[in-house]
Amino acid sequence: MATQPLTPVLTRRWLSPHSWTRETYERLEGYQALHTVLVGRAGGEGPAHPDQLIQLVKDSGLRGRGGAGFPTGMKWSFIPQGTTGPAAKPHYLVINADEGEPGTCKDIPLMMADPHSLIEGCIITSYAIRANFCAIYVRGEALHCIRRMTAAVREAYDAGYLGKNILGTGFDLDIVVHAGAGAYICGEETALLDSLEGRRGQPRLKPPFPATAGLYAAPTVVNNVETIASVPAIVAGGSEWFRSMGTEKSPGPKIYSLSGHVEKPGQYEAPLGTTLRELLDLAGGMKDGIPLKFWTPGGSSTPLFTVEHLDVPLDFEGAAAAGSMLGTTALMIFNETVSVPWAVMKWTEFYKHESCGKCTPCREGCYWLLQILERMVAGEGTETDIDTMLDVCDNILGRSFCALGDGAVSPITSGIKYFRQEFLDLCKAQPAVPRPDQLDDLVGAQS
Amino acid sequence: MTLTQDSGTESRPVPEGHVRLTIDGIEVDAPKGEILIRTCERLGIIVPRFCDHPLLSPAGACRQCLVEVELGGRPMPKPQASCTMTVADGMVVKTQHTSKVADKAQQGVMELLLINHPLDCPICDKGGECPLQNQAMSGGRADSRFIDRKRTFPKPLPISTQVLLDRERCVLCQRCTRFSDEIAGDPFIELLERGSNQQIGVAQDKPFQSYFSGNTIQICPVGALTSAAYRFRSRPFDLVSTPSICEHCGSGCAQRNDTRRGTVLRRMAGNDPEVNEEWNCDKGRFAFRYLTSTGRITRPLVRGADGALTETSWTEALRVAAEGLLAARAGTLPVAATTAETPLELAEGVEEPAEVVEVVEPKEPPKGIGVLAGGRLTVADAYAYAKFARLAGHTNDVDFRVRAQSSEELEFLAAHVVNTSPEAGGVTFTGLEHAPSVLCVALDPEEEAGTVFLRLRKANRHRGLRVFHLGQWTTPSVAKTNATLIPAVPGTEPTVLAQLGSEVLDVLGQEGSVLLVGDRAAEVPGLFAAVAELAGRTGAKIAWVPRRAGERGALDAGAVPTLLPGGRPVTDAGARAEVAEAWGLSGADELPAEPGRSTVEILAAAAAGELAGLLVGGVDPYDLPDPEAALAGLRAAPFVVSLELHESAVTELADVVLPVAPDVNRDGSYLNWEGRIREFGVTLREPGMLADCRVLDTLAVEMDIDLFTQTPAVAAAELRRLGQGSVIGTGVHATSGTAEPAVPGDGQAVLATWRQLLDVSSLGVDEPHLAGTARAPEARVNKSTAARLGLTEGQPAVVATERGAVSLPVRLADLPDGVLWLPAHAPGSRVGPTLGAGHGDLVTVTAGGN
Repeated sequence: MATQPLTPVLTRRWLSPHSWTRETYERLEGYQALHTVLVGRAGGEGPAHPDQLIQLVKDSGLRGRGGAGFPTGMKWSFIPQGTTGPAAKPHYLVINADEGEPGTCKDIPLMMADPHSLIEGCIITSYAIRANFCAIYVRGEALHCIRRMTAAVREAYDAGYLGKNILGTGFDLDIVVHAGAGAYICGEETALLDSLEGRRGQPRLKPPFPATAGLYAAPTVVNNVETIASVPAIVAGGSEWFRSMGTEKSPGPKIYSLSGHVEKPGQYEAPLGTTLRELLDLAGGMKDGIPLKFWTPGGSSTPLFTVEHLDVPLDFEGAAAAGSMLGTTALMIFNETVSVPWAVMKWTEFYKHESCGKCTPCREGCYWLLQILERMVAGEGTETDIDTMLDVCDNILGRSFCALGDGAVSPITSGIKYFRQEFLDLCKAQPAVPRPDQLDDLVGAQS
Repeated sequence: MTLTQDSGTESRPVPEGHVRLTIDGIEVDAPKGEILIRTCERLGIIVPRFCDHPLLSPAGACRQCLVEVELGGRPMPKPQASCTMTVADGMVVKTQHTSKVADKAQQGVMELLLINHPLDCPICDKGGECPLQNQAMSGGRADSRFIDRKRTFPKPLPISTQVLLDRERCVLCQRCTRFSDEIAGDPFIELLERGSNQQIGVAQDKPFQSYFSGNTIQICPVGALTSAAYRFRSRPFDLVSTPSICEHCGSGCAQRNDTRRGTVLRRMAGNDPEVNEEWNCDKGRFAFRYLTSTGRITRPLVRGADGALTETSWTEALRVAAEGLLAARAGTLPVAATTAETPLELAEGVEEPAEVVEVVEPKEPPKGIGVLAGGRLTVADAYAYAKFARLAGHTNDVDFRVRAQSSEELEFLAAHVVNTSPEAGGVTFTGLEHAPSVLCVALDPEEEAGTVFLRLRKANRHRGLRVFHLGQWTTPSVAKTNATLIPAVPGTEPTVLAQLGSEVLDVLGQEGSVLLVGDRAAEVPGLFAAVAELAGRTGAKIAWVPRRAGERGALDAGAVPTLLPGGRPVTDAGARAEVAEAWGLSGADELPAEPGRSTVEILAAAAAGELAGLLVGGVDPYDLPDPEAALAGLRAAPFVVSLELHESAVTELADVVLPVAPDVNRDGSYLNWEGRIREFGVTLREPGMLADCRVLDTLAVEMDIDLFTQTPAVAAAELRRLGQGSVIGTGVHATSGTAEPAVPGDGQAVLATWRQLLDVSSLGVDEPHLAGTARAPEARVNKSTAARLGLTEGQPAVVATERGAVSLPVRLADLPDGVLWLPAHAPGSRVGPTLGAGHGDLVTVTAGGN
């Protein structure tokens, strides 16, 4: 498949002046989809039925952009509808904007550049799932983004897109922008819900799933920013148009965030299924021409790729078939100057710091793995340590309470799988004393 | 043979509401919704676990119980936590016994749990009874691959005066936090920090103040939580464990006494699903140091000619006691012989007793015996006192009530309480759990019957039980059972009950509803009658929850002035005949037919010089509404025999003191508030320690009467044979002359008061760690009353009567206007002794100085 020429969808307004304002957004067809949904097309069909919207999103094949790729329309259809039992409780839409996966940088730029696309998506989604309250849970450190999102919500209220009786249709919706407190675990949807309720963020037992007992034990849809921001475009363009992009099972456009040793790091919107080779072309190639050594397809929780994987189509199926995951399409790109054990150690530091502590494998395992890796990088490791690490990883993978533990072992197992010799080399050296200089060598090219 | 059985299994239908699954190759039917790990347990397959506890909500945190599961013919990709997964039809489960994956997963988790564990088993209290130790031995690696730095914490961290936390031992299973949050409703401990720094902790200046905190120590699967009382005292394998029943309140919780070399070192909650489930309160768990306190009486004492008590032999003491009681009964006691010589340090108000006696000399000399049985007797002992009064005392002057009391109460107990039992369809703990609604009257369950509170809270959380609370303020009990407070100014409770609105009556009218009434109802004239009337109106069942362990048993054993054993009215000739026959008497007229006098009346009679002898069984006069009057009676009585554990106010006034065995040195039984028999055996055999019933039996023999109560078993068997009477009481009449509720004037308030679980109590002595977890004594008023009385929150209020004054810091609460609440027996607030006032009386209130 040749590189498709891409007409930007999600990022089309990003370069417009004051793209974040309602004025710009409306000038560039913003809130048109909302009109279509709530009021109907001028001279055409009337307002959409919520179930029609759910069907539309199902037909579009939109899959969650938060990492797991769960079909969005199906998630919406899990919300019980009716007037009895759990369906009688209020329904909630919660936007997971706690973008925290290392390397991931798509939701925050989206909210910075085009917050109204998210708000419009929230209104349409809330209408579809019959929710009258929506919370946008934004990473606490992203203060600028929180301010911008809050301002955009205020603008939307002022324009009558939010609040009571939206566009005179009788539909009510309130949106609250909630600042998290900076915990990676709160990107896990049930931990996010606990945090949103004012509790300590730790993942909940499932079942019950959020669709039946989510926020305040009421039916809740939790979706990623990029997912919901895609909704207005689907409403405007239709499911066929959406499916014209990407692949059969992973349709639509995607924001790939490229970071590391590339000439022009940043966000690149491309159809799902685009390869790193193509994305590198867009990003001006490897920085200073130093060859690629390894990269992550979807953040540090997805197993590493190497130069062998330059032509892996980056969609949900393609990444999985090649032994990794699409994740958040956060491509962290490392050239040949970087030591794999060092990079793996830094990632493990992150997981050790961010493990919530609820379950034994993740809490204790990350603590242990980091100590082994630190020892190895300091030149004090042994060959046995590599086997121990792999065994500990095996005792964490699939044994932990949530996916954090699984993610934490990905860089280690894949790093050893592709670069075992580097780990061995560190052991072989076995200097009598730690070599402080070595650490700098391992870090690789800095600028 | 096997084949036939197999084919039989094939065709066996799955029972209704069940699913069929296979665990380790064994086919099993399990009720829908059952947690997998329980199904395994029922098969005898023990899956190791830490966070799982059958009475707590699932957590899935420790991941120790991972098993392989195949669902719908497809193996699940990851091993599953069997403590969170519910059974499903066709599920195929492989535990560590049949699955390498499960075994490896469990070993892996165990290794991870141990990397940060100090492995200080040799000095850890839990070593020897530690689930972590046991499971590490049975399913862990022999050596550790972990050669790096362990995470350490300063140790131990006192999270209350009683509970200490060693954080590095903790495996973060969250049993303690879940218990405190879910079961006790005291979420004072919580997980703090995250990742490997995660730890249990308390908020600053907010210690783990819970009446049930000791349970967290018991359910801790490692040695992270220890008690100040037991820490470093013993090793589990050096302990001898004996099942027992708690002696502290009317709940009758199953417990376990752990002893070493003749000393009780700790007590644990027993497992009795019908009663206390697996929990107990901290008083039951920790308040046992009275057993070894310096005030224990272990040898018989007789007051000599010098007026001082001296140790003597049992033979001598019993002879003196018997002679004295016989003379008292006959009215031939050398009057004032003992009284005059009794040192009367306390008797400033009583001038020259000898002269008093001389003044009354023209009157009939004092004659007869009164028996004050006390509220903490076992069933057999109460029966012995009841029988002793009738046979040796020739009187019905026997009463177990050492607290506020009324004839209305006796009628209520005779009509609605005596003889009720779980077998007879009475209210039970389980009944409370399944009731649609419960109304508490004159009862604060958390303060007065801890496990009743736990069950109410459980029922409210799981089954939506509606709890109503006729009281004065939203106590923690009320709040934690999500109860609706029905406020009443003390004294107006009967009126409030009579005027309940339909929103309450409709709920109470639902089948299975319960009225829980405490013994404090006797403080309010007309309240028992109002409860009985309400029960008649709504169909709700009545249960009486006395605060003391022995009261219910004493009632059924006939240690009351109006009833013989089995609820038989003393005034009924037929009832007397039944008892007379059982006791080997010739006929009904050998038993006294006149209703006897109550505790207060007996003491008043003694004070008035009418009664000559008192037989007292573990009575604290300060528990009576008017301690001064009680002491006056004890002082005036010419001959006093006291059966006691401890030195008390009675000891100083007794002529003969006979030591009795505490529960640990004897067997016996209590009747809990349900009417359920709670039998316990001997924990520590201690020569010379005799049960009350044995002492009374021997004393009676000295008086030439056979009680046949040589052992608790014999006495209980006779009581059982007696059974319940064919005639029982019927109606309850409100105490006549019901006074109008007090109306506070300027600078006055109506007093509301009751006791707290942890306060100044004779069985709570010598346990400072437990006392440290008591609720702070505070005077409670509402905002407008505080303003009217010039009180400021946090500043002291001086509550006074003519007798004396109590000063406590003020705390605002939602009391009715004009009402002030005091803890009845807290340090610095002993309402009866100091104020001589009680619930419903007027007190003057002023702001105290800073």
